Amino acid sequence: MRRLLWPAAVLVLLLALNVFFTPSFLAIQVRDGHLYGSLIDILRFGAPLILVALGMTLVIATGGIDLSVGSVVAISGALACLRISEDAGVLAAVAPALGLCLLLGAWNGFLVAGVGIQPIIATLILMVAGRGLAQLITGGQIITVNDEAYKMIGGGYWLTVPFGVLIVLAVLAITAFLTRRLALGMLIESVGGNAEASRLAGIRSRGIIVMVYAFAALCAGVAGLMISSNVSSADGNNAGLWIELDAILAVVIGGTSLAGGRFSLAGTVLGALIIQTLTTTVYSIGVPPETTLLFKALVVTAVCLIQSPSFRAKVFRRRGGTAPPAAVAEEKARVREEVPPDGVRS
Amino acid sequence: MAVPAPVLTMSGIGKQFPGVKALDGVDLRLSPGEVHALMGENGAGKSTLIKVLTGVYPADTGTIELDGAGVAFGSPLEARQAGISTVYQEVNLCTNLSVAENILIGREPRRLGRIDWRRMRARAAELLSRLELSLDVAAPLSSYSPAIQQMVAIARALDVDARVLILDEPTSSLDAGEVEQLFMVMRRLKEEGIAILFVSHFLDQIYEISDRMTILRNGRLVGEWPTSELSQVQLVAKMIGQELDALERLHGAARVFDRPLVEARELGRAGAIEPFSLTVHEGEVVGLAGLLGSGRTEIARLLFGADHASTGEVTVGGAPASLRTPRAAMNHKIAFCSENRKEDGLVPDLTVRENIILALQATRGWTRPVPRDAQDELVGRYVKALRISPPDPEHLVRDLSGGNQQKVVLARWLILEPRLLILDEPTRGIDVGAKTEIQRLVAELSDGGMAVLFISAELEEVLRLSHKVEVLRDRRLVAELPNDDELTTDVLTETIASGGRAS
Repeated sequence: MRRLLWPAAVLVLLLALNVFFTPSFLAIQVRDGHLYGSLIDILRFGAPLILVALGMTLVIATGGIDLSVGSVVAISGALACLRISEDAGVLAAVAPALGLCLLLGAWNGFLVAGVGIQPIIATLILMVAGRGLAQLITGGQIITVNDEAYKMIGGGYWLTVPFGVLIVLAVLAITAFLTRRLALGMLIESVGGNAEASRLAGIRSRGIIVMVYAFAALCAGVAGLMISSNVSSADGNNAGLWIELDAILAVVIGGTSLAGGRFSLAGTVLGALIIQTLTTTVYSIGVPPETTLLFKALVVTAVCLIQSPSFRAKVFRRRGGTAPPAAVAEEKARVREEVPPDGVRS
Repeated sequence: MAVPAPVLTMSGIGKQFPGVKALDGVDLRLSPGEVHALMGENGAGKSTLIKVLTGVYPADTGTIELDGAGVAFGSPLEARQAGISTVYQEVNLCTNLSVAENILIGREPRRLGRIDWRRMRARAAELLSRLELSLDVAAPLSSYSPAIQQMVAIARALDVDARVLILDEPTSSLDAGEVEQLFMVMRRLKEEGIAILFVSHFLDQIYEISDRMTILRNGRLVGEWPTSELSQVQLVAKMIGQELDALERLHGAARVFDRPLVEARELGRAGAIEPFSLTVHEGEVVGLAGLLGSGRTEIARLLFGADHASTGEVTVGGAPASLRTPRAAMNHKIAFCSENRKEDGLVPDLTVRENIILALQATRGWTRPVPRDAQDELVGRYVKALRISPPDPEHLVRDLSGGNQQKVVLARWLILEPRLLILDEPTRGIDVGAKTEIQRLVAELSDGGMAVLFISAELEEVLRLSHKVEVLRDRRLVAELPNDDELTTDVLTETIASGGRAS
């Protein structure tokens, strides 16, 4: 729980900043039978990012990374919109799109676990090739569709709640179930934490790695449906552009180490919400458009520094002048390589 | 032969790490023009002593004198500037750079702030010619063999006016011809009056090249001898240590083992272990004895499927078995606690409970989680039985002490109820109390019918526990000795040193 403290604090801080500039920021109303307000917008627009980041969390927990999710977002939206424009039903449009995403994810997993290519390179292939595939599907055009049922996925409401938010909740629940109620989470953390020890403990890590990449692509696929449905069009070039970077950022802000091992789904959701809130904040406090990216970069840098225990320790040492806990831990770690000391490290 | 005045004297060196006394009152004298071997088993304190000497760690007690003047180096760089150069076991060179760049990196000759390439190549060639080597110094280092790379590392160490050269296991990855080449260079440097401190696990090499040796054991000085006055048997005995107290054998009455569980026939792996044959019976404890690098771990890894065998076959319970992966071995109820629990045993970020349950969960797959109460019950039982401390299953395993970490790995395998348990150095680096507990546990398990393959560098321990002892030397299984009343640590030591049964 303590790991969630900092991201949660940052989120609260960002919200407070918004309230300071826009006192009605937290207000939620019901209009036309829809929930309405800035907070709802953050959830609604943040939904695709949360989805992509959830998939990314599991990939990163195995010690990998998936750069191709942005392209998968585009491919999924493109194929679904193509099918809709061919007068297929929503299900007949969505199913092949998600099926293709699963296949692409499994391909990534095969490259990483089967062939042994470094994840960043393996997924870079699909990141680049995927944009081409998306354009191939759309025929280089932007496909616009007009289908009420398809529009529902990203733009609709159900029982006053944005449908996208419900999808996120469902995916979150399924992911939490698979990883925390079933044993998938522990095995993922074990593979990411110490691959050789996991192999010697009899874990079939290949299957697990293929699974997490397939899952990440599936999540990206759903996000792609959401994005294309929200704007009723598929743009092979720009849909999901750079979303992989935001997703990686969300995972890191949420406290999951890029080195793999322990992961936190709740942390990732918080991280994605922080990024989305930041975007909203930029508009609401009136940061000049030309400095928007710079402003975001500064905040993200600050968040990452606050998250880092060694940075906090350094600041603490400079201010407090007491024994530097990080340095002591480092020294001990070095010593432990030499001769394992007896007795519990405090 | 009179020993000339030492160039370097370390006296009374002590170094304390949290919970462990790594060095305690160690002396070392190096004379100019000698090759001095630093001997000791793993964890004896060799590397710590070298690190104290070269300024990686400060010494807690003791003094270091170079040419009669007291010194204390704050960093390896300072030590190097004073003339003490080190070549480490893993060659830390950049193979993508040229030979000349590697030799002079950080000290490139410059002219007007730019690197003077011509002078650099000339200087590098000059340094190499001192080692009687002529290489194309402009070629990338990767185009040369490991032995040549090792020489380049030495040339780099010699660039500063080195008077003491430390070679930490320089031969571990070299073949016989390459070792000879290295020795030629060492002899030449010796003639120039450089003192060489040489660390190696290969006894024959020590006897070929060294003039004197200093032996350490458990962080203490055993003594210093001229190499010619100490036989190999004496050396091994001094390294391993022989407290000649009566050996209490932990097992009850002698038993007859007639039900073979795992049989290896001519099993071997090229470059790791010569083909060997070995039978482990039900309820039998088989000890593997031998020095470090003699092939003990390699046998264990083959039997667990952690490495692929290149020759031979294994039968389990009479039926041929293919042990291609750890998982396959686990299906045959074989378990393996590896020697290096940090690198290939534990997942440090997981809790004690998760680490213990890991292998069981792996066999069930991710879809069938071990129910939480079953986990708590199993883990609680083993935390209690093995006295894992702290007794909190939700503690991160990285924070446990070495002995407790070892018990966690042990518990992981015990809950699988294996028929053959392979223990590779299960008691290394853990305190005496935990050590005895683990030994007792092994005896109990075997009395209960479990077969155990027990690997340890400590001969007393092997003798105490084993029903029979397999002796290894230089990656070859050289003898199988039944553990009867005639078998003593002396006999074992002799067998290890001579490579055959000596009686």
